This record gives sequence, structure tokens and C-alpha cells, in this order.
Amino acid sequence: MASVPAVLTSEWTKIRSVSSTTWTLISAFAVTVVMGAALAALLNATFDDLSEAEQATFDPTFVSFSGTVLGQLAMVVFGVLVVGTEYSSGMIRTSLAAVPQRATFLFSKIAVAGVLALGVGLLTSFVSFFLGQAMLGDRGTDIGAENVLRAVIGGGLYMGLIAIFSMGVAAMLRSSMLSLGILMPFFFLVSQILAAVPGAKSVARYFPDQAGSKIMQVVPDAMNTDPAPYGPWGGLGIMVLWVLAAVLGGFLVLKNRDA
Amino acid sequence: MIEAVGLTKRYGAKTAVDDLSFQVRPGAVTGFLGPNGSGKSTTMRMILGLDRPTAGHVTIGGHPYRSLPNAPRQVGALLDAKGVHGGRTARNHLLSLAQLAGIPAARVDEVLGVVGLQDVAKRRSSGFSLGMGQRLGIAAALLGDPQVLLFDEPVNGLDPEGIHWVRNLMKSLAAEGRTVFVSSHLMSEMALTADHLIVIGRGRLLSDMSVTDFISANSADFARVRVPEDGPEDRQKLTATLIEAGGQVLSEPGGALRVTGLPLPRISDLAHGCDVRLWELSPHQASLEEAYMRLTQGLVDYRSTDDAKAGLVEPPPLDAYGHPVGGRAEVPAEPVEVPQEGWYAPPPPGPRPAPAPPAPSPAAEPSPAAEPSSAAPAGEQTSKDLR
Repeated sequence: MASVPAVLTSEWTKIRSVSSTTWTLISAFAVTVVMGAALAALLNATFDDLSEAEQATFDPTFVSFSGTVLGQLAMVVFGVLVVGTEYSSGMIRTSLAAVPQRATFLFSKIAVAGVLALGVGLLTSFVSFFLGQAMLGDRGTDIGAENVLRAVIGGGLYMGLIAIFSMGVAAMLRSSMLSLGILMPFFFLVSQILAAVPGAKSVARYFPDQAGSKIMQVVPDAMNTDPAPYGPWGGLGIMVLWVLAAVLGGFLVLKNRDA
Repeated sequence: MIEAVGLTKRYGAKTAVDDLSFQVRPGAVTGFLGPNGSGKSTTMRMILGLDRPTAGHVTIGGHPYRSLPNAPRQVGALLDAKGVHGGRTARNHLLSLAQLAGIPAARVDEVLGVVGLQDVAKRRSSGFSLGMGQRLGIAAALLGDPQVLLFDEPVNGLDPEGIHWVRNLMKSLAAEGRTVFVSSHLMSEMALTADHLIVIGRGRLLSDMSVTDFISANSADFARVRVPEDGPEDRQKLTATLIEAGGQVLSEPGGALRVTGLPLPRISDLAHGCDVRLWELSPHQASLEEAYMRLTQGLVDYRSTDDAKAGLVEPPPLDAYGHPVGGRAEVPAEPVEVPQEGWYAPPPPGPRPAPAPPAPSPAAEPSPAAEPSSAAPAGEQTSKDLR
């Protein structure tokens, strides 16, 4: 029986030895940080043009995470590729022949990739925060302020969870292309659009990204967003449920289907 | 030792592997033969626990693969040469596999040397040729120094040097007492490498015997005898004499006779004895490849494609000999005494004439179904000729 530490070591070798890991994680970092800083600077310059409601709920922490909307897509790609390339390359057979215990295989892979994504997510989130506050100048906040540290750490968790969710989906669909084709439009368009449509709002706010992103808000209903029936941790909890469901689904597919 | 018992795999309505039972013993190279799509790879995947059998089971050393303790150290497999992430270097690919089984990195460099990839170890495998991919796959199989090795079509894409190397590698692995199970659709390759053969067709076991037995059971040696074309009565006279002496005689389209069961000198003596001149007396050996094709295609014929082929192949000969089309087509076994025009002795690989099965008449036991049908009418026909 392949031991868990052995599988973890092996998965780490697999992850660090492909270039897609490097460029997806770098893009996730760069896109989030740069876009967050740019939007922070823009909002700072045009603060007076904002509506009264937006001014009243101005959330400097949340503003510095504006880049997450795009940056999370790179995380999706990372998560999908980590799992999906096993299938697209046929490596899955070699891997499963070496690790017949499929639970060990999948959960080790997700653990290694997930921890890496969480690490990069936290780094991204802290850098985004400090750069964003620098851009906001006087309107910025401080890491020591109430709930701010929770939001910053939450931003990192959010990025990591998005990646893990994508791994679960890729394990269920057993294909990189299919997974990307579904997840990218979903996170980039469908979720955002539905969240703005009056009737669909009440459903869309339970989507993983909508619910999870609440953790990044310090001011309730920041930037005049719609109030949600759950708090920041409640939102993250909903997202975690989504992630668990995706990973469990991926495991069941792997366990029951022929490789 | 690999042991399969009643192994069956169905994909929906299609049965890929049908009640397959066999044993692969250590200390020998066991060839696993079958035409494309006969279920070889599916069987291999089931042995490795990748596919779940619909029925039956297969064990390695008494354990199902999935419950083997430290599988990579006990079983090495080459399944698919392209089963490698193209963005990973050869060395990293092997390293990730080695780490699973707690194999030190030094062993990775060792096997890279063994398969001759040490110079491209740091290159991404997406740039590898099929042959290099096969070598990488073989390296992965050798990594854990396992007692049981499975290779699925290992010589695909290899150059002659590589083929030679794989052959010797298999033999030396077996000589070290390991269990070596090699699939291939190339009989000629297996004839050179394997000690034992397991042949399947349409997912069913066709033959499970040593290569030597397979050759003696399936190869059809014969002598071709040609008499002057101006004397048809000479031909009949010789035929009668040869049959009397215990030989079996088939007629070939060109007018030659195909004689089995008599050594060449004896044929010459008999011809001399009955005063018939010979224009040709030559030995012919049906290759193992032909024996294998006959074996596998026989089964395919019985299963489903019988009519289609009969329709395509039969018409001209039937006209020539005035047999009713329907009647001949339903008795595919018998070209007997007077085989049709266009039917040449050893069945060529391409067009498969329906009468293929009867050819190995002298041999001990070809496919059991073909045997009686070919032997009995042959006798009948010859006796008719005699009168």
C-alpha cells in the first residue's frame, strides 16, 4: 500500500515539475494584485462621483480585493489542470496502477495542490490589501482595524477554495476542456449576471463565489451590495459545503469508474 | 503469477472480454496475442485494477491488484506510451512514480540509463517520439524492480535496435524468474520472444499453450507437387497413389497438388513408382503468423462475418466449378479436392477466403470446430475421385 507521505511527495513532484503550475499561480497573483490596486486608485480618484449609498458603505478592504473577480479565473485554471491533465495525458492509468488506493491518490493530490493554492491565495490577499490601501491613501484602512485581518485572511482562503472546488469538478468531469468550458463562464459571467438579476438574486447568492466573497467584506453590505441572509463566516461556510460536495463527487466518480 | 478466473468485461451490450481464464507463470515470457480489439488491453487494465471486471476475478500472487501491499514494487506495467504529461521531463515523470514506492532517486537515473534515455532525461516528454515514449514507459515498469511485469504492445514504434533490445530484455527478465506478460498483435514478434502463448479473439480464449506446442499444433507444412499440364490422367493417377500411401492431397488453383502427411522423398518415389513425371516438388512451411491468423480469423468467422465474406470472395470460383452459390457459401469449410480459382495456398493477410480453416488438416488439433468438417469431406471427395 502506497503510504500517504509517499503519495504526497510524489504529487508535489508532479505539481512543481510542470510549467502550467507556475504560470497559472503567477497570473492569479499578478492579476488580482494589479487589478485590485488599479481599481483602488480609480475609486480613490473618483470617490466624489460615487452614489451616496456607496460612499456610506465604502469598504477600503473590499475595494482592494476587486481583482479577485479576474484573479480567481487563473485559480480555476490551476485547479482544473492539476486534476484534468491526468486524464488528458493518460497519466491517470500509470498513477492509479502505482496507487491502487484511489482515495489516497485523489485526496493527496487535492491536499498538495490545495495547500499550494491556499498559500498563494494568502500571499496574493495580503499583497493586494497593502497595495490597495497604499493606493487609497487617506481613505484606506489598517490591518489592525476591526475585522480587517479576518477579511484579508478570508480573501486568501477564498482563492484556495476556488482552486479546490475546480479540482473536484475536474475529477467529476474527467476532462480539462470540459471543466474549463463550464467553470470559466460560470464564474466570470453566469454567476455575476444572475447576481444582478432581481429574480435570480436570491438563488445566486448561494453560489460558491457569491457566498464565499462575503468573507472579504469588512463593512456590512459593502459598496451597497445586496444584503445577504448570512454573515461573512456563514458565506464562507456555504462555499466550503460546495467545495466538499465537488470533491466528494470527484472521489465517487474516480472510485466507481474504470480509469 | 497472474491468475484470471472467468474474467468478463462488458461495456453495455458489447462484451470485450468473455469468460477468460488463464495463468501466467513466473520464469517465462508469456505472449498475449489477439487481433486488434480482441480485449487484450482491457484484460491488462483489469489485471492492474484499473477496470473492474463485470464477472470473474484476476489476482497477482494471490491478491487482487488493489489490495497488493506496495504494488509498484511488485508489479511494473507499460500500458500506454503516451500516458505521460507532456510538460514534464522524463526524469521528473519517473521521479514522481519512484517516490510513490519509496524508491530512491538514484534508481531513476539508473533505469534512464538502462532504456537509453539518459541524454534526454531533462527534456519534456512532449517532444518524444513514439519509440522514446515506449522506452520511458518501459523504464517506469522497471523502476521498482518488480517480480511481475506487464507490457502492452511494447515494441510499437521502436526501431529495429529497440525491438531487439526489448526482446532480450523480456527474456532476461524471465530468466531471472520473473513473470513477464507481453501483449502484441504481431505473432512473428511473439514467436521470437515468448515461451508460452495465450491467444484470444473477440475476448475469448483461443489457445493457451507453449510456443513449441503452438507451432506443432498449428503450422501446416506441405509439399507442392506439379505434374505436366498435358496429362490430367497422370495427375489423377498420382493423386490416387499418394492417398493410398497415406497422404492427404488438396488441389491448388494452378493445377498443382498440395500434399501433406508424406515426406518429399517418399512422394518422389511414389511418383516414380506409378510412372508420373514431376515438374515441381517443393517443400512449403506455413508460418506461425499464418497459423495464428487462421486461428483468430476462424473464430471471427464463426461469430458474425461469415456471410459477408462469403459473398465477397466466393462468386468467381463458384461459377468456375458450377456449384450453386448458396450451397457453397454455407459450407465454407471445404475447398477440398478442387479448391476454387483465386484461392491460393497460404491464406494471405488481406482478403480472407472463407475456406481458411481446413488448411491445417495434417496437424494434430487446429480449432476443434474446424477439424471434423475439414477432415471428413476431404476423405469423401478423394474417394470419389478414385472411382
